[in-house]
Amino acid sequence: AKSNNVFSKGLLALLAQDDIDEDVWDEIEENLLMSDLGADPAMELVERLKERVTVEGTRDTETVREMLREELIAMVDPEMDRRLAATRKDDKPAVMMVVGVNGVGKTTTVGKLARVLVAEDRKVILGAADTFRAAAAEQLTTWGERVGVNTVRSDQEGADPASVAFSAVEEGINEESDVVLVDTAGRLHSKANLMEELGKVKRVTEKQAEVGEVLLVIDATTGQNGLAQAKVFTEAVNVTGIVLTKLDGTAKGGIVVAIQRQLGVPVKLIGLGEGADDLAPFEAEAFVDALLAS
Amino acid sequence: MFNTLTERLSSTFKNLRGKGRLTEADIDATAREIRRALLDADVAVPAVRQFIKQVKERALGQEVSEALNPGQQVVKIVQSELEEILGGETRKINLAKNPPTVIMLVGLQGAGKTTLAGKLSQHLKQEGHAPMLIAADLQRPNAVKQLQVNGERAGVHVYAPHPGVSSEHEDPTGDPVEVATSGMEEAKKRQHDIVIIDTAGRLGVDQELMQQASDIRAATNPDEVLFVIDAMIGQDAVATAQAFNEGVGFTGVVLSKMDGDARGGAALSVKYITGKPIMFASTGESLKDFEVFHPDRMASRILDMGDVMSLIEQA
Ligand SMILES: Nc1nc2c(ncn2[C@@H]2O[C@H](COP(=O)(O)OP(=O)(O)OP(=O)(O)O)[C@@H](O)[C@H]2O)c(=O)[nH]1
Ligand SMILES: Nc1nc2c(ncn2[C@@H]2O[C@H](COP(=O)(O)OP(=O)(O)OP(=O)(O)O)[C@@H](O)[C@H]2O)c(=O)[nH]1
Ligand SMILES: [Mg+2]
Ligand SMILES: [Mg+2]
Repeated sequence: AKSNNVFSKGLLALLAQDDIDEDVWDEIEENLLMSDLGADPAMELVERLKERVTVEGTRDTETVREMLREELIAMVDPEMDRRLAATRKDDKPAVMMVVGVNGVGKTTTVGKLARVLVAEDRKVILGAADTFRAAAAEQLTTWGERVGVNTVRSDQEGADPASVAFSAVEEGINEESDVVLVDTAGRLHSKANLMEELGKVKRVTEKQAEVGEVLLVIDATTGQNGLAQAKVFTEAVNVTGIVLTKLDGTAKGGIVVAIQRQLGVPVKLIGLGEGADDLAPFEAEAFVDALLAS
Repeated sequence: MFNTLTERLSSTFKNLRGKGRLTEADIDATAREIRRALLDADVAVPAVRQFIKQVKERALGQEVSEALNPGQQVVKIVQSELEEILGGETRKINLAKNPPTVIMLVGLQGAGKTTLAGKLSQHLKQEGHAPMLIAADLQRPNAVKQLQVNGERAGVHVYAPHPGVSSEHEDPTGDPVEVATSGMEEAKKRQHDIVIIDTAGRLGVDQELMQQASDIRAATNPDEVLFVIDAMIGQDAVATAQAFNEGVGFTGVVLSKMDGDARGGAALSVKYITGKPIMFASTGESLKDFEVFHPDRMASRILDMGDVMSLIEQA
């Protein structure tokens, strides 16, 4: 079955030999690739490990394992600022937009995030700016009721998403809410018209208040396409943080390593299930340990 | 650093050009670039390993062609091997001898099942069938409503005795297995010749939900169980395909969100892991965005082959 353990065959075999065989390093690289780390980071890591093994002259499995863990943690960068902008500013609510491709968990994340904020005694309003997908507004409203907050939505199917977002923030201002969470429709980054529409949602919303946080949701099962997603969404709406969802499955979500490195956008939250409480802060070390575990 | 396979192969071809025979080193160099392209396309690592091995073996044993130079020859081999694996025998939906034909949809959360239910029903209706949809996802908020809207758009009947989780019902109402079973009765009574069962998204590691899917299958004895998988999925395609194949058992695969720019290596992975045919591609959010799967196009897409073929013509 699945063998994500980097040391299952590779290093043990390697360290039993006098000659470090190219095939063995290849196997280690393959094991890293299996967590969706991507070819460049995986090759780079193996090169660095090779170098360190030579320089430090170590042959001890535990030591090499610890080296790899260190290198990975450095790559994920525990020092990044992963705080959320969730407090009122200039006498207006903090506005957060949640964006991403189809089906990754945006609406669910909005619900979970509202739960966390409500638990911290903040007053929250949801904006249903997905006016496109069948029953999307109903889904968000259900989440709102589940966590006890109001949802601003349009009664018309296919209403202008920007104007729904605008109204939600307007209501947030009137009600003196702490946070307005705007859910948006799933869209593939390769569709220019839909990305343009998203840009408009943000611009129109900002006529009311600054959008302080744009969270891009990435599904942990996503492969190398995740990097393209992150690039295009960042260009369109200046993403400030990543939410890595569905980490409760077998996927490791390694693509976020390349996203963080190339775009400098930190992963801020992780999704661990379909329930309201299944949201947690991202922690570099725990992420790396999960990535290295079989 | 070259980024696309085309760029990388053209630099490899430069070295190969003019040689009459392919040496092992030449094959290795080409194979390395192809391996990288497959990995960038998210083809599962074990599948890549096996595939490259096969290509190398075939390339080495190959007689030297008059018409093609050695580099071209390797690429030709790669393309035909890929097409062969992706294609296999193509077939249409199995129709039951005694209607209704039952089609059950399964897959991870957000893969595109409910949307596909609408698409399939519209497609089958246009082919002269009288499909009915069964709302057996009672768990994801407003999944039933979503299916009802899709059914309305397709103009097909939706059997939805329970609303599932919604603003009015915080806890799931009803039992999915029971809904599927009574839906079968309803379909017979109303004389529908095809039944499509939408199920909740579930993870491969979720034993309880996997059992539920298996129970729905046992209760309805479907003619097709279609595994819906997102074309953007990476290496997890292996574990997931395995889990669904063992947990529910599927008869065919639908690759969704093919309208994006993901290379879709998962197609190769799932075929490699399960041997099950890829039957359809889902290509957008509207009900008409649905087509029969084309192995040749998929092979080109995974390898960026459109460009590679023009490269061969130049070489
Ligand atoms: N296992 C698991 N499932 C999740 C998680 N987050 C969301 N889901 C499920 O994924 C599916 C899609 O979630 P949504 O929140 O509707 O995704 P979305 O991005 O809003 O989808 P669209 O609006 O259609 O683009 C649902 O079945 C959710 O219950 C998670 O962290 N883990
Ligand atoms: N671009 C694109 N979007 C799609 C396609 N198929 C489905 N979607 C979108 O993907 C999202 C999830 O689709 P659903 O049909 O709700 O997926 P599901 O598998 O039923 O999800 P759960 O029931 O939550 O597990 C929705 O936003 C759909 O509109 C496709 O082929 N292309
Ligand atoms: Mg949504
Ligand atoms: Mg569904």
